[in-house]
Amino acid sequence: MKKINVNDTTLFLSFAAVILLMPIWLSPFGAAYPDLLQKFAIYGIFAIGFNILFGLTGYLSFGHAAFLGVGSYAAVWSFKLFTMNVLPAVAFGIFFAGLLALAIGFLSLRRSGIYFSILTLAFAQMSYNLAYSVLTPITNGETGLQLTSNDPRWIDAMYKTPEAGLPSTELFGLTMNGYPGFYFCAVILIICFYISLRIFRSPFGLTLRGIKTNQKRMKYTGFNTRPYMLAAFVISGMYAGLAGSLLAITDPLAGAERMQWTASGEVVLMTILGGVGTLVGPMLGAGLIKYFENIFSSFNSGTLHEVFSFLPDGLEVVVVKVTGLFVGSGWHLTLGLLFMIVVIFLPGGIVEGVQKLARLFRPKTDDDPQAPAPQKQAAE
Amino acid sequence: MTDFTKFDRRQVLKFGAAGAATLGAAPLIFSKNAWAETFRNDPGSKKSVTLGFNVPQTGAYADEGADELRAYKLAVKHLNGEGDGGMLNTFTPSTLKGNGILGKKVEFTTGDTQTKSDAARASAKRMIEKDGALMITGGSSSGVAVAVQGLCQESGIIFMAGLTHSNDTTGKDKRRYGFRHFFNAYMSGAALGPVLKKEYGTERRAYHLTADYTWGWTQEESMRKFTEEMGWETVAAVKTPVGAGDFSQYITPVLNSGADVLILNHYGKDMINSLTQAVQFGLRDKQVNGKNFEIVVPLFSRLMAQGAGDNIKGILGSTNWNWSLQDEGSKAFVKSFGAEYGNPPSMAAHTCYVQTLLYANACEQAGTFYPPEVIKSLEGFKFDGMGNGPTEYRAEDHQCFKDVLVVRGKQEPSSQFDLLEVVEVTPRAQVEYDAKIFGGELGPYKV
Repeated sequence: MKKINVNDTTLFLSFAAVILLMPIWLSPFGAAYPDLLQKFAIYGIFAIGFNILFGLTGYLSFGHAAFLGVGSYAAVWSFKLFTMNVLPAVAFGIFFAGLLALAIGFLSLRRSGIYFSILTLAFAQMSYNLAYSVLTPITNGETGLQLTSNDPRWIDAMYKTPEAGLPSTELFGLTMNGYPGFYFCAVILIICFYISLRIFRSPFGLTLRGIKTNQKRMKYTGFNTRPYMLAAFVISGMYAGLAGSLLAITDPLAGAERMQWTASGEVVLMTILGGVGTLVGPMLGAGLIKYFENIFSSFNSGTLHEVFSFLPDGLEVVVVKVTGLFVGSGWHLTLGLLFMIVVIFLPGGIVEGVQKLARLFRPKTDDDPQAPAPQKQAAE
Repeated sequence: MTDFTKFDRRQVLKFGAAGAATLGAAPLIFSKNAWAETFRNDPGSKKSVTLGFNVPQTGAYADEGADELRAYKLAVKHLNGEGDGGMLNTFTPSTLKGNGILGKKVEFTTGDTQTKSDAARASAKRMIEKDGALMITGGSSSGVAVAVQGLCQESGIIFMAGLTHSNDTTGKDKRRYGFRHFFNAYMSGAALGPVLKKEYGTERRAYHLTADYTWGWTQEESMRKFTEEMGWETVAAVKTPVGAGDFSQYITPVLNSGADVLILNHYGKDMINSLTQAVQFGLRDKQVNGKNFEIVVPLFSRLMAQGAGDNIKGILGSTNWNWSLQDEGSKAFVKSFGAEYGNPPSMAAHTCYVQTLLYANACEQAGTFYPPEVIKSLEGFKFDGMGNGPTEYRAEDHQCFKDVLVVRGKQEPSSQFDLLEVVEVTPRAQVEYDAKIFGGELGPYKV
């Protein structure tokens, strides 16, 4: 496995191109502004990491938000204590998330299936409550951990005199908000994608798939599956920590709500929506959900009613009311419907839908030059 | 394409990195000078300006958020010269002409803060980066206000805080680009203290239930400061999570704590729930230490009173403004709000409406939208006719100073909106404090 094959090379290069060109091709959708682009990249990393666990081993973790939160807190503390440079923040975020993943994974992986999911959920909820009220000196509770002008910032203090006002996060002088922040996240996303690609193609990935298919048989053939599982769990926890630290880098604030179970559920949705176990699926799902959250939620109730006017009057009111009771804002409804459609008709997620479409048109377009649409490369 | 098969990993990485670097750098070159000469979201020669209204539409403070949004829409109407003009007619000194701001039509974009810092910042960022909002206002939680205010300072966008009562907003977390018209927890304590002393005496044992975030903390701190100064004893202070819903586990211990006053540092739906449950547990019918058990809600609003129903009767609290005030500004505002929406405005609506007008007027006075100039014209600005009597935006901490109302839940309301009676109007001098006591610094004009 020294070389990645042609398909993977083109897949990787076109993935990189699509990500880096997002500011251009997303502008017709009203999504080409730095904050949302950063979120696309960051949650893409989160979902890709989650997919390494869920997609390859089939172990459904309901507690990944805990790692995201820990990554954020670690990054903000790095900004507060050491330096505004983002590289230490990233390192701390990954390290502490990995540590927590090791602890939680070690305990949770003693069980499988639903018991594993419940254990991870319980641990994540514990982390959330710790961050929310018990560990207030470290996390600043509901208010969220923020930078202040009297933070020590020891390393920065050695090299330069602080300017007036709060410093912003930087990479050797390049401030990390706006487009530079996006490109930083995008480059990391592409690296993460590459690592994920290599894991999928490696013997390690194959072992994980073996565990998913039949863990008992793997054990009979002499594999001790536990270390492999734990490694996958920690790797995916570190991905989440990385995403968390990037959230703090693009916006130096860490709140406990990042660790809530809804945030854990979100990444599950992203992965399933895009396509479990596929390479680009989680990224698609993450993009779609963040798009809905930011763009659809900015429509007022009038627009929302227009969007759903295809439903019969009574039903529309009922559906809006019912979902409103559970989640509160209208965009969840749209997302819920989409999710139901995907799960019922396309269990393989959006990627499966694209493949089905491609198969439908293949006989006719065989002689045509291959269209460079990125989704079509998702041959997984 | 076959050439790719000869590439090994190193080459792929090398080309990938080079490509990434070029692609990454290209847009930087284009955008580099975009804001160099001018300021963020400069309307330039555009015919309109956009304001961002960032309010909670879901969560524990959603009722306040909905009312705030109504007030903002009304303010935009009045600024654009539609409707009856409301406080535009009573606001002095004002240079507002009812033709928008500096001749540009006022437009707006809205967002849902979800009463969460993360969501609020994401929504504010969307307004700034996508919708080109020149000013952000709103928030019905101090945690959110502090978070969004920090963001606005970094982005060079003025933030006119809506309903936020924590001392931190204009105290240790104050920012050059953030302004607050609403009063704060310290002023509530200073105004309530003497009234509590008069009503309940100096020998009381107080039990605090406190919303666990910046507002609750400073509210509790201020209430303890003023009640302990006059001789009250604090039995316990328990923090409760925001949006808890069920407070029974926190109220049961109050019964046997030996306390005879319960101070609820809660707001919005939290306060409605905790007060209702406290009353259901029979706290108000109790006799402790030979005295009637009393409940105090330091921050009160008519919307909350409406939610709490009969339980609010006779309970003391403080408020920024009440619609029953009889000055010209209040009457004009209540009239146009009532004509538009059919019910009187809450204090949240009032402060948001006033903040929008104050921002517009500051732009007119400065003759520009350039934030540092607008900030300078707001700092130290003295005005009247906005419902609170003579008011001043203190330059040192961007906090408005004005009279504070101490109110009580009415025993016999004459209508479903007439729920609060004003017990005392505490003069400004009594609630004023030194800007330095909370620390913090405003930061630079230019960012």
